Amino acid sequence: MNLPDDIDRAILRLLTEDAALSAGEIGRRIGLSQPATWRRIARLRETGVIAGERVVVDRERLGFGVTVFLGIKLATHARHSARDFERAVTAIPEVQVVQHVLGLFDYRLRVVARDIADFERVLRRRIMALPGVGNIEANVLLSEERRPGPL
Amino acid sequence: MLDDTDRRLLRQYLADPAQPASALAERAGLTTATAWRRLERLRAAGVIGSRKAVIDWRRMGYEVEVSLRFTLDKTTPRAFDEFLAAAREVPEVIAVETFLGRVDVRLNVIARDMAHYADLYRERILTLPHIVDIEALMLVATLKDHEELPL
Repeated sequence: MNLPDDIDRAILRLLTEDAALSAGEIGRRIGLSQPATWRRIARLRETGVIAGERVVVDRERLGFGVTVFLGIKLATHARHSARDFERAVTAIPEVQVVQHVLGLFDYRLRVVARDIADFERVLRRRIMALPGVGNIEANVLLSEERRPGPL
Repeated sequence: MLDDTDRRLLRQYLADPAQPASALAERAGLTTATAWRRLERLRAAGVIGSRKAVIDWRRMGYEVEVSLRFTLDKTTPRAFDEFLAAAREVPEVIAVETFLGRVDVRLNVIARDMAHYADLYRERILTLPHIVDIEALMLVATLKDHEELPL
């Protein structure tokens, strides 16, 4: 597959700011016809360059005041049961992100909770009950910022 | 504040922000007009923000993603501000997060391949100001990544 060109990148820059923009509006801003812009957007979606959409929410206003990133190391004896761990951890509703990583930890999790007491409940009842969990490190998120990336 | 109908609507909306209003309304058991009106109210109140396209960087030719965790020199009063300002200047940094815990700041860095990553690390990352310690977690696979909340 050919990598996206400069025009695709210009389209992506706009869509990563506001995915609701119409092909006509994007075309106007980058100097391309509506049909040509539409075709490029369709191709970016088909080829998976645009993987989906996300919506920015004010978690605090929705009652989720705490976000914690956990680094989890599986217990040495549990290495063979990583699949069980993965199945169980991805099913926890408070866990938004699960990444398999190499380094100090085996997995990174992003966990949302209503407050610190709620986080403690999730940690004790859900996370620590997962099969094969060894060490856990927690860092409370203070701020986050997504950057446009090399577009 | 939120009532049960809002919560039901938001659960469906966060699960798939790109779905058509009619599908969303049906899943939430509302008329399209009601669903739209409630979403607009939540938008106006700042509870939900704009939709943004998510880019799959692998499809853009960036094969490597690393989570870099930094400890900063907190004896310097402006260490955080100066570090964050410098990190924002690096195009390959796609996310910036600050924490309360053992880790102060985390950067998500993407690179085309390991050679590119090694260059970036030496020339753009190690040169960031006020670093005391760095740990790297190399992303192997993302098993779950969504913004849904257990509302």
